[in-house]
Amino acid sequence: MDFGYSEEQVLFSNSLQKLLSDSYSVDVRRKLVAEGPGYSEDIWKAYAEMGLLALPFPEDMGGLDGTSVDAMVVAIELGRHLALEPYIPTVIMAGGALKLAGSDAQKSDLIEKIISGDLKMAVGLTEPGSRFDMAEVSTRAAADGDDYILSGVKSVVLGGDVADKIIVSARTSGETRSEDGLTLFIVDADADGVTREGYALLDGRGGADITLENVRITPSAVLGTVGQAWVIMEQVADQAAAALCAESLGAFARVNELTLEYLKIREQFGQPIGKFQVLQHHMADMLIEYENAQSLVYRSSMMADSDDAAMRGKAVSSTKVYLGERGHTSCQSAIQMHGGIGMTAEYELGDFVKRMAVAEVMFGDVDHHLARFGKLSYMSG
Amino acid sequence: MDLNYSAEDEAFRLEVRSFLENKFPKDIGERAKAGIRFKKDDYYRWHKALNEQGWVAPHWPTEHGGTNWTPVQSNIFDEECFAAGTPRQLPFGTRLVGPVIIHFGNDAQKERYLPTIRSGEEFWCQGFSEPGAGSDLASLKTRAVLEGDEWVVNGQKTWTTTAQYADWIFCLVRTNTDVKKQAGISFLLIDMKTPGISVRPILTIDGDVQINEVFLEDVRVPKENLVGEVDKGWTYAKFLLGNERTGIAGVGLCKNDLENLKTIARSERKNGKLLIEDPLFQARLSRAEIDLTALELTNMRMLFDIGDEGTPGAIASVLKIRGSELQQRFAELQMEATGSYALPWQQGALEPDWNGKAVGPAYAAARSPLYYDRRKTTIYGGSTEVQKNIITKAILEL
Ligand SMILES: Cc1cc2nc3c(=O)[nH]c(=O)nc-3n(C[C@H](O)[C@H](O)[C@H](O)COP(=O)(O)OP(=O)(O)OC[C@H]3O[C@@H](n4cnc5c(N)ncnc54)[C@H](O)[C@@H]3O)c2cc1C
Repeated sequence: MDFGYSEEQVLFSNSLQKLLSDSYSVDVRRKLVAEGPGYSEDIWKAYAEMGLLALPFPEDMGGLDGTSVDAMVVAIELGRHLALEPYIPTVIMAGGALKLAGSDAQKSDLIEKIISGDLKMAVGLTEPGSRFDMAEVSTRAAADGDDYILSGVKSVVLGGDVADKIIVSARTSGETRSEDGLTLFIVDADADGVTREGYALLDGRGGADITLENVRITPSAVLGTVGQAWVIMEQVADQAAAALCAESLGAFARVNELTLEYLKIREQFGQPIGKFQVLQHHMADMLIEYENAQSLVYRSSMMADSDDAAMRGKAVSSTKVYLGERGHTSCQSAIQMHGGIGMTAEYELGDFVKRMAVAEVMFGDVDHHLARFGKLSYMSG
Repeated sequence: MDLNYSAEDEAFRLEVRSFLENKFPKDIGERAKAGIRFKKDDYYRWHKALNEQGWVAPHWPTEHGGTNWTPVQSNIFDEECFAAGTPRQLPFGTRLVGPVIIHFGNDAQKERYLPTIRSGEEFWCQGFSEPGAGSDLASLKTRAVLEGDEWVVNGQKTWTTTAQYADWIFCLVRTNTDVKKQAGISFLLIDMKTPGISVRPILTIDGDVQINEVFLEDVRVPKENLVGEVDKGWTYAKFLLGNERTGIAGVGLCKNDLENLKTIARSERKNGKLLIEDPLFQARLSRAEIDLTALELTNMRMLFDIGDEGTPGAIASVLKIRGSELQQRFAELQMEATGSYALPWQQGALEPDWNGKAVGPAYAAARSPLYYDRRKTTIYGGSTEVQKNIITKAILEL
């Protein structure tokens, strides 16, 4: 067993940390959110230069052949610094889908542009009313000669506000809630019939609702085998969830650091509040939760690349449940122990708390993953 | 034992309903249902409607306009108000400073302040907490020194709710530094227009501005604005905080939250069914509803035990702790029920003059702001930890 970073991972982590702490002050980040565009184009370019955008792709395409563990190393830092760029949607999700299902032409066309920082992408797998069930797809793709005509709505698409291209799931056959009959399509964000409503999520990152109205898709933009997208969707969502959890872990570390520091400096009744035993125990609980969350985050990243859908799914769902519940209560304790200060927007704690809240809900909330874990563990065979 | 309301109570409920039906401004109720934030004018119009009905300060002695309601009637009143979507009546005038003036003020103060508290012509805010004095309130530093006929006040208050609306602030100030900290505090009423006062708003994590910093620099306050005796302010503050804690359980508020939660869960879908039919969600909802029922009954039972005259004492901490936890839980469950559409941060949609289009269902935009806003309930009015210290000492004698 080995739970340590490799030498390369240490280097990568350090240089990303340096880039982000040099260029991502609280004020800079908040200004990007308040005044737009909601992320930094300069940082995106810097990611490209340091190879971050090339991480998961094969070497023969100019990539670094990285694994989901490498992605985790990156995501932890992105979470610690509350980076806003659409790294997960572009590199992990769209990149992952292209890697798993793309034709040679699609790969050579798109991956190169992702690596150079010239293409941002997003993946829309959920719909209003489908909650977190990716198989419940009402968006229809009707064949029209060799083309397809898409109509439907994709909801709360991470990074959908700035993506140049959006990969969406649509039903080419089968019942609304069937895993069969789903197909992925690569849609140009400015194609005829595409409207998107962009917004900031509560952690400041961008998202969008994407409406498709008779959008014509040529065969070259069909991603993977028609009707067989489910396995790809599941794996992409698992890899995305694993990366989001890693980000959340990075934010969690900061929540604990800020709180511990505050317990030492805030005085009431003539002593640091950290001397009160009840607060000591809350803080100890937060440490216990963090350590266990970290272990699960490591495991889900180690398993996120596996094709064994059940094993991978259980690992990712475990992490989502654990962080979703225990990260959540730890955030509540953190605010509580700060008293009034914890309620203020000016203080940074709330930003980390909100980053963790997005990771809790996106790609399935606690109940969704509890049910999935139960199904995969106790109802198979 | 009997769980039923008496015939008089049932009649009272109908009377309250008919008042709300006829006198509570409909547009405020509409905005409340849509999750839009209340502004000063909303609070004022509601206050005025209550005053015209003679119901604005039910717990005051009748000679000052109280209604002599029984505790059960007060609860019925709260429940019906929240169900109708009324704003929470701002507590600072009628609930907090009013009773202090009635109990400890002189006749001139009663004549000067009580009528405008009742009419709502003058808004109040509470200047207790300071940057260095939160849970340890008695360590407050804002200083008042007597110069001729005036108190000269210097210092800073913080977390002051609705100071931006307020005409008056009631402050705890230090008037004696040579004695034990609790023994050198006085209770002072200060006109917010006095030169030397400045207010800086504080944006909170829910995206709203309700609280403020209040700076006092050589603020000159007439000597007669001191309530009761010099250096006795801590006694009055304890009396006031006792009243604050009973109001804070929020059973009526939670009952309305529960109804809203059920509405959301009947509108959201999961696995091809309504969310409210999902066993995992049902389990959470059921637990919250059971806890609320227990709190409601405990509230009633404790009121019954102390009778019409008594004060709740340390047992109020039980109600405050559980009530605030439940206020948080309902906001949390509402956010959870809303799913992904709780994630877009749509602050504009909560403002009355907004004419944009929100994404997701109509209830979505207000869900995460409410969740973050409610984190305050276990912090203010004596934090949960401090309340548990009170229970430990005063009830358990540990
Ligand atoms: C939204 C909001 C509105 C408010 N409105 C007003 C207002 O209008 N007027 C006003 O005067 N004040 C107001 N307050 C202030 C409120 O009363 C204080 O926030 C509260 O007293 C806590 O003080 P603090 O924030 O300084 O936290 P601290 O006292 O610093 O507490 C920090 C943490 O330490 C814990 N702690 C402190 N002492 C102990 C102890 N002895 N044992 C164990 N744990 C302890 C607390 O529970 C908390 O978790 C408001 C606060 C908020 C958040």
